[in-house]
Amino acid sequence: MATATTPDHISRQLADTPKATLLDMLHKMLLGRRFEEKCAEMYALQKIGGFCHLYIGQEAVAIGALSTLRPDDVIFTSYRDHVHAIVKGCDPGRVMAELFGRRDGVSKGKGGSMHLFDRKVGMFGGHAIVGGHIPLATGVAFASKYQQKDQVTLCFFGEAAVNIGAFHESLNMAALWKLPCIYVVENNRYGMGTSIERASAIYDVAARACAYDMASETVDGMDVLAVRDCISRAVERGRREHAPTLIEARCYRFMGHSMSDPVHGHYRTKEEVEEQKQQDPIKAYFGHLLAAGLVDQKDLEQFDREAREVVERAIQFAEASPEPSADDLYADVYTEPYGPFRRSEQ
Amino acid sequence: MPLISYRDALNQALREELRRDPNVFLMGEEVGVYQGAYKVSKGLLQEFGERRIIDTPITEEGFTGVGIGAAMVGLRPVIEMMTWNFSLLAMDQIINGAAKMRYMSGGQFKIPIVVRGPGGAAHQLAAQHSQSIESWYAHVPGLKVVAPSTPYDAKGLLKSAIRDDDPVIFFEGETLYGSKGEVPAEDYTIPIGVADIKREGTDVTLVAWSKMVSVAMKAAETLAAEGISCEIVDPRSLRPFDDAPILASVRKTNRCVIVEEGWPYVGLGAQIAYQIQQAAFSDLDAPVTRVTGADVPMPYAKNLEHMAMPSPTRVVAAVREVLYLD
Repeated sequence: MATATTPDHISRQLADTPKATLLDMLHKMLLGRRFEEKCAEMYALQKIGGFCHLYIGQEAVAIGALSTLRPDDVIFTSYRDHVHAIVKGCDPGRVMAELFGRRDGVSKGKGGSMHLFDRKVGMFGGHAIVGGHIPLATGVAFASKYQQKDQVTLCFFGEAAVNIGAFHESLNMAALWKLPCIYVVENNRYGMGTSIERASAIYDVAARACAYDMASETVDGMDVLAVRDCISRAVERGRREHAPTLIEARCYRFMGHSMSDPVHGHYRTKEEVEEQKQQDPIKAYFGHLLAAGLVDQKDLEQFDREAREVVERAIQFAEASPEPSADDLYADVYTEPYGPFRRSEQ
Repeated sequence: MPLISYRDALNQALREELRRDPNVFLMGEEVGVYQGAYKVSKGLLQEFGERRIIDTPITEEGFTGVGIGAAMVGLRPVIEMMTWNFSLLAMDQIINGAAKMRYMSGGQFKIPIVVRGPGGAAHQLAAQHSQSIESWYAHVPGLKVVAPSTPYDAKGLLKSAIRDDDPVIFFEGETLYGSKGEVPAEDYTIPIGVADIKREGTDVTLVAWSKMVSVAMKAAETLAAEGISCEIVDPRSLRPFDDAPILASVRKTNRCVIVEEGWPYVGLGAQIAYQIQQAAFSDLDAPVTRVTGADVPMPYAKNLEHMAMPSPTRVVAAVREVLYLD
C-alpha cells in the first residue's frame, strides 16, 4: 500500500516544516492548476500548438518532490512538464512564451510544450520519447558522482515508461554504480489510454526495485505532504550515500492524456474520473492547513488571486514576445555557426 | 615519424586526451579489464583507473544515454560501441537525445560526446555484424560524422572529436585496425570538416573514405599501369562535408567515381553525386558513377561476401566506364 500521511504524520510534518514552505507549496499547487487551466484555454484558441499534456490532478507529486530540492539539484521530466518547470523555477511568462512558440520562451520557441528547458534553474527538460530521458538523468547523476558533488537528480516519468528497456538498463547501472538519481514514477494508472493492468505484468511499480537491490517506496501521490516526506528521505540517501531510489507516487490525472483526448475517453468511466476528482490534492492539502490553523479561507482566496495574476501576466508576456526570426531556424544546431554545413542544402 | 597501427594511433589519441582533460572518460563494453574488444583501449585502465575507464553492462541505449547526460553537465565522454551494429540500440539516445538537445533547448546545452567504434564488414561476420551505416548518422542535423582512413588521420581526428563541443560519431574501419602508417608521437589535431587529397592525379577523381580509400588506392595503382591517372579525395568528415576539394578535383579531371562500402540506395554517394552535379555540371564529361556495397544484407559465404563488397576490380571497371574506354 502507498504511504499516506496519517493524522499523526500530518501534524508532525506541519509542525516540522517552516510555515513559509508549507504556504509556498499551496501557492505553487494553485499556480500550477491555474496555469494549466489557462493552457487548455489557450490551446482551444490555437495560441498553443502541437501536443499539450496537462498535469491537473497530479500537482502534489511535482510540488511535494521539488519542495525538497536545492536550486543546484537537477530534474528531468516527460512531456507533461509545465508544472515541473514552473515549480523548479522557470519564469511562468517564459514557459507560456515557449508554449506560444515565441522567441522569449525558455527554449527560444524551439522546444514547445514537450521540451521545456532552463538550465540555470536545473530544469533539464521535458522529453517526449517515453522513458528516453531516464538514461540522461542517470548520466547527470553519474557526473555528480564523477565530480564528487552532492547534488541529486530527480527523474519523473509515468508508469508506462517502466516497461521500456532504458528503465531497466538505467536502474541497473544506477544501483551498480551507486548514483544519486531518484526515479519518480508518477503512476496515474494510464499510459495514454492503456491502463497499467493492460500494460504491466505486475501492478506494483516500486516492487521492481528489488531487481536492482535498490531502495524504494510507494507513496500516495495525491498527498503533497506524504510526497515531500518520502522524497526527502530519497534526497538524503542520494546526497549522503550517492545511492538511487525508486519512488512510485500513485496519483490520477483529471484531464485526458492530451488536449485531443476527452476527459475520460474510451478507456475510463466518467464515474471513475468524478470519484477521483473528490481526492483533489489541492483541496486535501488546504484542508490540512486549515485544520492546523495555518491558513483560512481568505488566505486561499488571496493565493488563488495571486496565482491567476501570475498566469495573466504570463499570457501578456507571451503575447508580447516576438516569433523567432528566420535566423533562428539555423541557430543552435551546433555550437558553431551552421555555415559549413549548408553546402549540402542548396 | 614512428610507423604505428591505426589501433595504436587511436589509443595514443585517447591516452593523450585523457591526460590532458580530467573531464574526458571512456565508457563501453569491455573497454577496461578486457582492454577493448579490438584492443583500442589497451593499457588505459592501468593508467587512468576505474573512475575514468568504465566497463559497462551490455546496455547500448543505457550507457550511451548516461554519456549524453554526463555531457549535458560538462563531462566529455568517449563512448565505445563494440561495433556500430550495436549502436542501433542506442540510436534513440544519439538522435533524439545528443543530436537535438542543443536545438530543442534553444542552445542551452552543448553535448561534447564522442561515440566511436568499428564499422563496416570484416571477414565473414554475416548480416548483423557487417554494416556501414555512416550515412544513417550523417543524415541527422546536430551530429558530426567522421571516418578516418589512415592512422595519421585517426589520431588527429579523434583528438579533434574529443575536444569538439558537439556530438561526434566516429567510425573506425574494422579491418583497418592493424594497418600501419606514420604518426607523430606528439600532439596534433586534424580539423573536422576538412577533406584530404590522398593521391594526386589528372584523369579521374575517386571519392572514398575509411577503408574504401585503400580499395581506391589499389585500383589507382592498377590504372596507373595503364597510363590512367586517378586523384583520390578522402572527405574524412562526412558531416560537415568538405566538397570544395572534390569540386576542384572534378573541375580538373572532369570525371568522378564514388567508392562507398554502404548500400547504394539513399547512400552518401548519392548525396555527393548530387552536390557534384549541382555545382560542377558543366565540368563533367561523364555521369558521376558509384561503386557501392551490394543492396543486400551481408552474406556469410566467403565468395558472396566478396561479391557484395566494393573491390579494386569494380573500381577499375567504373573508372574505365567514365573514361568511355569499354
